Amino acid sequence: MTQQAPRPGAGRAASAPLVGNASEPTLFEFSSPGRRAYSLRTTGVPGLSAKELIPAEYLRDDALELAEVSERDLVGHFTRLAHRQYCVDLGAYPLGSCTMKYNPKICDEAASLRSFAGVHPSTPVRAAQGWMQILVELEEMLCSITGMAAATLQPAAGAAGELTGLLLMRAFHEARGDHRSKVIIPDSAHGTNPASVTLGGYEVVTVGSDGRGFVNVAQLKDALGPDIAGIMLTNPNTLGLFEEDIVEIARLVHEVGGLLYYDGANLNPILGVVRPGDMGFDIVHMNLHKTFATPHGGGGPGAGPVAVSQRLVGYLPGPRPVRSAAASDEFILEQPAHSIGRVHTYYGNSLVLLRAWTYIRLNGAEGLRRVADVAVLNANWLREKLRGFYDFPYDHPVMHECVISVSSLKKTTGVRALDVAKRLLEFGFHAPTVYFPLIVDEALMIEPTETESPETIAALAAALVEIAQEAAREREEGTALTAAHAPRSTPVQRVDEARAARQLVSTFDARR
Amino acid sequence: MPDFVPHTHEDVVQMLEFLGLKSTEELFSAIPEAIRLAGGLALDKGLSEADVAAELARIGQRNLTTGAERNGLVCFAGGGSYDHEIPAVTRALAGRSEFVTAYTPYQPEVAQGVLEALFEYQTFISRITGLPISNSSLYDGSAALVEAVNLAVAETHSSRVIVSTGIHPNWRRVLATFAKGTGHEIEEVRLVDGLTDWNSVPGDKGGCVVVGFPNYVGAIESLAKARSLADRLGALLVVCQDPVSAGLLHSPGLHGADVVVGEAQAFGTALSFGGPYLGFFACAERLVRRLPGRLVGETIDLGGTRSYVTTLRAREQDIRREKASSNVCTNETLMAITAAIQLGWLGTEGIREIAIAGARAANYARGCFADDPDISFATHAPMFREFALRLPIPASEAIDRLLDEGYLAGIALREGYEGTDLEETMLLAFTERRTKEEIDHFASALRKVVRR
Repeated sequence: MTQQAPRPGAGRAASAPLVGNASEPTLFEFSSPGRRAYSLRTTGVPGLSAKELIPAEYLRDDALELAEVSERDLVGHFTRLAHRQYCVDLGAYPLGSCTMKYNPKICDEAASLRSFAGVHPSTPVRAAQGWMQILVELEEMLCSITGMAAATLQPAAGAAGELTGLLLMRAFHEARGDHRSKVIIPDSAHGTNPASVTLGGYEVVTVGSDGRGFVNVAQLKDALGPDIAGIMLTNPNTLGLFEEDIVEIARLVHEVGGLLYYDGANLNPILGVVRPGDMGFDIVHMNLHKTFATPHGGGGPGAGPVAVSQRLVGYLPGPRPVRSAAASDEFILEQPAHSIGRVHTYYGNSLVLLRAWTYIRLNGAEGLRRVADVAVLNANWLREKLRGFYDFPYDHPVMHECVISVSSLKKTTGVRALDVAKRLLEFGFHAPTVYFPLIVDEALMIEPTETESPETIAALAAALVEIAQEAAREREEGTALTAAHAPRSTPVQRVDEARAARQLVSTFDARR
Repeated sequence: MPDFVPHTHEDVVQMLEFLGLKSTEELFSAIPEAIRLAGGLALDKGLSEADVAAELARIGQRNLTTGAERNGLVCFAGGGSYDHEIPAVTRALAGRSEFVTAYTPYQPEVAQGVLEALFEYQTFISRITGLPISNSSLYDGSAALVEAVNLAVAETHSSRVIVSTGIHPNWRRVLATFAKGTGHEIEEVRLVDGLTDWNSVPGDKGGCVVVGFPNYVGAIESLAKARSLADRLGALLVVCQDPVSAGLLHSPGLHGADVVVGEAQAFGTALSFGGPYLGFFACAERLVRRLPGRLVGETIDLGGTRSYVTTLRAREQDIRREKASSNVCTNETLMAITAAIQLGWLGTEGIREIAIAGARAANYARGCFADDPDISFATHAPMFREFALRLPIPASEAIDRLLDEGYLAGIALREGYEGTDLEETMLLAFTERRTKEEIDHFASALRKVVRR
């Protein structure tokens, strides 16, 4: 047998842990012809050849090359990748507006139960009564939490929920022969809001914030008219502030025949305190992967149910699981009279919905109220610990998150929000959201959530204070700014984003 | 009830004191008194973990599930959701909390695990589809189709969308729902003996032609014919691919497709009552600036070490806001990582094996009904691993009866096939998990129930 040159990944699979900043080769670099991990059931089905089964004109000419690795290499590779990944289970993740709270393990176990995970979505409803019960009960719980009449669980994420809400808005107006063309969005809104409005076939009208960080009511009044289909609001807003004029805003929008849409990205701090329905909202979307602790999976799956007030129930996506008139513990599917149609192939991200059901059952009314209390307590406590070290652009007590600015620090030292975020990684914390909301210069948006202990929050505050002091000290001494070159102790250092965009290599095969 | 909040009573008191407050209620003083919720939420009291687990077990008993357990159904239903093998290694790796409990990789320095796994996923999807660019996932097959159509309309400036009725009927419904916002004009094209009747499409202009490969009723469509229609109309060709078929059949990107999308639940994700699933999306290089969702690219860090980062971010909604062509933010990263693991497990040989095993089982089952006087084939076009049967009773009735015999017998074609010769036929699907014995017994059970 001839000796081959060592392959790039060869040897690493012998279970060597990562050393220093060595990168992990891709799975393709572990591939060696003839290795395999798979094994399949013995079926006894006659083993006809491809040509006996399918006309040759459709058959591929070459094998579809994937990778050829052993199970041991597969496990080694993905375990080493896992070791190069930060996650909530490791530590605090204070990303503003993302609500990265701890995800209870029992919820994962619920989602892996064969009696739920093994059910095919085309199973006749009579054989999926358990699923129907979960979906209907979750809908009822979410309506109770938001103060709305009914909900659809179909949208697979927040943005899908937003678009569903806008289509509901459109259907509602059009059923009245009322053709409206614009939707109002405050300048502090999440980027998905304006994108969803465009896809909903509406034009965006942006309304500014006033000096206090709230919707500018005078500007809103000027924007309102018969062409306004509605307004999309996040409350508390992305500054972490509760819109104190919400009742007045609701009255003004309803007066011109518009609807109020509630972006539920920031629902966490109002659980059991105040409900969007009671504020006057007509349409509410919720991010179950935020408020209801379903894990984010590195960027999904999420779930974005949409709840509506009574006058919009008939437009909800269908078919909807509902309790049968005959017996309250029997469930059927029903098509709402003026349904906008399906927004998901089946019922939504069912296993995410099951996790949220489990989370709400564990917490109950009192547990959810405690979530809100401590989420708000943590955010305010952290904020006060940072006073004097960073700028507080809109200086009010906050709800679930606080937005601070690195503006002064940047002027005196040159250290930017991005640098603070990167330096924080070296203290063992995930970075906050940076440069958002857009209305704050050099913004750091910090959401500690209720599941981080006072000790953890104190350590986070101390790290942020140390970063500011370190920068001031280094500037004074004229030494290099540590934060400007951070992080160095992470699996990789600051990455060259411009190069990634300039020379696009998005697959292993595109490597030159 | 369990308490996921670590704060003791003393902690809360001390923190409030630091803020100069006397009670947690004062934290909410910005909220007008008039709208505050009096008396708390109308929800049941919280339950212990053990009590919730017991309740879930009770409710779960009301589901008939697929699988080998007592009362488990043998699954012949497919239609985009398939009963494939999910090995222990996929479950163990995809269940690691580093993948499960991470957020979107906004800070690449501490997210190389997710980013590199997505880079591998993109490579797999690129090879399966035969197109150079794959995003890092969308919600499911229907969402991927909607995004593909939006891309095609934007690229061609024509909102005329020609869709084969060989596309999943629910995907067509979802497409119609979102078209109410975008204003696309959708024209559905009928099937003749399982294949799309492209000749019936008039005109010389259009934005998009959508075909299934294989299609929803199991037939293998001619990509050449769909391509020539797209050329006549000046449209993009969007192919909805069953990605498992690539183990045996052409990769559509090498046979005329501009965009290939589909559902990749088959790669390691359980049936899950329909979600979360995995929408895949691949396109030609020239369309990359219109790609929806996230894209991972390779780069280097300051020290020159190979690293990964989300790239071409300027396409995305948080930057383009109302000018964005897609609003996707959260996607299905965990399912994409799961697929990368599963495809690593299957490997070059395994993907061919599961593809041919499905085709063999379908072929064998077809043989079981070949000479049956009461049961006939709904279509005669070449098939991959699915086909529809015409029964002497409505398919929905047969499926209902077969539940009691231990089978999830298939899908009754109804919604989306109203008034066609496929209405109330029964669509069957086969994977590497179906044995000869299961198929034999199923065939006898089906014969029995249709004659009852």
